[in-house]
Amino acid sequence: MFSLERWQEVFETISKNKLRTFLTGVSVASGIFILVILLGVSVGFQNGIESQFQNDAENIINIYPGETAISFEGFNKGRRIQLRNEDYEIVTENSKQEIEYKSPLYQIFAGLISHGNNSGNYRVEGVLPDYQYLEKADIIEGRFINANDNKAKEKYAVIGNRVKKDLFEDESPVGKYIQVSGLNFKVVGVFTDPGGDREETRIYVPIATSQIVFGAGTDIRSMGFTLPKEENYDLALKQSNAFAAQAERMLKTKLQIDPKDESALFISNNIENTKEIYVLISAMRVFFWGVGLATLLAGIIGVSNIMLIIVKERTKEIGIRKALGAEPLSIVGMILHESIFVTSISGLFGLIFGLVLLEIVGPMVELDFIKNPSVNFSIAVSTLLLLIAAGAIAGFFPAWRGARIKPIDALRDE
Amino acid sequence: MIEIKDLHKSYKMGKNSLHVLKGINFSVEEGELVSIMGSSGSGKSTLLNILGMLDEADEGSYTLDGVPIKNLNEKLAAQYRNKFLGFIFQSFNLINYKSALDNVALPLFYQGVKRSERIERSMAYLEKVGLAAWADHKPNELSGGQKQRVAIARALASDPKVLLADELTGALDSKTSYEIMDLIQQINDEGRTILVVTHEEDIAQMCKRIVNLKDGVIIDDKKITQVRAQQNV
Ligand SMILES: Nc1ncnc2c1ncn2[C@@H]1O[C@H](COP(=O)(O)OP(=O)(O)OP(=O)(O)O)[C@@H](O)[C@H]1O
Ligand SMILES: [Mg+2]
Repeated sequence: MFSLERWQEVFETISKNKLRTFLTGVSVASGIFILVILLGVSVGFQNGIESQFQNDAENIINIYPGETAISFEGFNKGRRIQLRNEDYEIVTENSKQEIEYKSPLYQIFAGLISHGNNSGNYRVEGVLPDYQYLEKADIIEGRFINANDNKAKEKYAVIGNRVKKDLFEDESPVGKYIQVSGLNFKVVGVFTDPGGDREETRIYVPIATSQIVFGAGTDIRSMGFTLPKEENYDLALKQSNAFAAQAERMLKTKLQIDPKDESALFISNNIENTKEIYVLISAMRVFFWGVGLATLLAGIIGVSNIMLIIVKERTKEIGIRKALGAEPLSIVGMILHESIFVTSISGLFGLIFGLVLLEIVGPMVELDFIKNPSVNFSIAVSTLLLLIAAGAIAGFFPAWRGARIKPIDALRDE
Repeated sequence: MIEIKDLHKSYKMGKNSLHVLKGINFSVEEGELVSIMGSSGSGKSTLLNILGMLDEADEGSYTLDGVPIKNLNEKLAAQYRNKFLGFIFQSFNLINYKSALDNVALPLFYQGVKRSERIERSMAYLEKVGLAAWADHKPNELSGGQKQRVAIARALASDPKVLLADELTGALDSKTSYEIMDLIQQINDEGRTILVVTHEEDIAQMCKRIVNLKDGVIIDDKKITQVRAQQNV
């Protein structure tokens, strides 16, 4: 249907009727532009809400040990459960669900930390790089712990903003040293946490380092996970529960705990806290898509109208084409082709313009409830598909009218 | 080449029906140059439209080059028009945003001929009508006579069996009319069958046969000695 020959024909028609092509194009381009901006703002709202709502990743699943309440396989009840690196690995390696962020944790609650003459008691936590996202810690200086730090068991520390103020006052701490249990740790970063002062009195170090420094062997105190965002709450709930149940089963087998024992292992699943967020976000998405699509629909109707006028204007031309041997289908094809071509190209302009604007201006936007409005690739692609469909819809009615033109009527001399 | 038998056509307008063609019998051999004459409203254009498959008769049969033309759907009619017929109109009916060359090439586009070949063949026809130098001009940059030449080149482009011309000189002064008729005669001399609807006696005399229509029937059909247009130019 879209042969090279017709491309040439359509391209010729379009380029020789610049004004009407331009007018059609502008209405589609602005429709798509508005749609993209709206979708971007909707994502901005989403980001804004997520960062406002909670201190920690809202969908975090934490696993920590307790004491057995039921004797099992020769063990008496009342046994303290100890989690180890290998337990964390069992969970991460065997999970059927995709894990987004994961980290084990080993901490001491009141480490004596000093720098120069200043000192204080702070919680020291050994973690992996993902922990930054589990805690929603924002780096304001330097960087967070990375995978190499852990592999090389570096004595590096990332300190909370409160710790920085206490120990370093106005000095910049990055690159300087603090004493942790008498050992020198190099400060590589400073973080803030939406949890405020309480969570900013912490010091993060690589977990492997912490296990050596605090003589913990392969012990860990707990582990935290998040799963990727799902389309809706129900799906998120299902995935999250499945993950938790599976982790519990594996760990209980490994650690020889009675499957019915409810005090040996605690799994805190925060997924229910996210319900409102999911609901709010999906409501907002519906709203913005609704407004955006309505805008686009107005654009389509506009284009359809313009095309209809064009077809009317071209009645005689279509009559001539038919007299010379154009089949009705080729007239339909010609008009549809033109419509789709013009809407796609001009829509693409609107899309790119919108994306560029979001790309440039987006990161600067940081209001209370709007943060970094942006549009991801899949949305851009679906808008593009939408555009082609829009062109087809807009061209359909005019094309049908065009096909019904009778050459004898079109060519009658007035 | 053309064979019609007992052709009837009426137009329905509300309750009334206007019987325009009332049993036309008529045939045209290959290579003829026929003029169809008659007063205004006698049904000349109606007949030509039926011959051109732009309209359908109510009754009667029509055979073109051995092919019965009956119950055509739009698609088939379009294909037949493209293959068998070339149209020349009083008001030229060129597409105004296309160059002379592209106008001539249009029937070939609908024949599925490749672009390069279209251009080549169209150029040859423009040369034939003496307008090769005007190939890139739009219709509004051409005189009436030149426009009609482009239209004739376009009608010839698909190499049709029959040319159908409705008042092809109606919009032209007499000198230009004769030049156009000269071209028509040359094309006919090469063996092409041509039907010319006209109500001008001098134009009719330049054909080889005159068919007279009155009130929807043929009242007169005679061969004549052709007046060469060249002598009048
Ligand atoms: N589409 C139509 N609907 C109704 N009546 C029509 C239609 N087309 C033509 N007629 C009528 O049919 C009759 C014949 O029309 P036609 O156009 O064939 O005449 P003509 O011989 O070509 O006349 P002219 O020399 O003026 O062009 C006229 O009375 C005209 O009014
Ligand atoms: Mg007429």
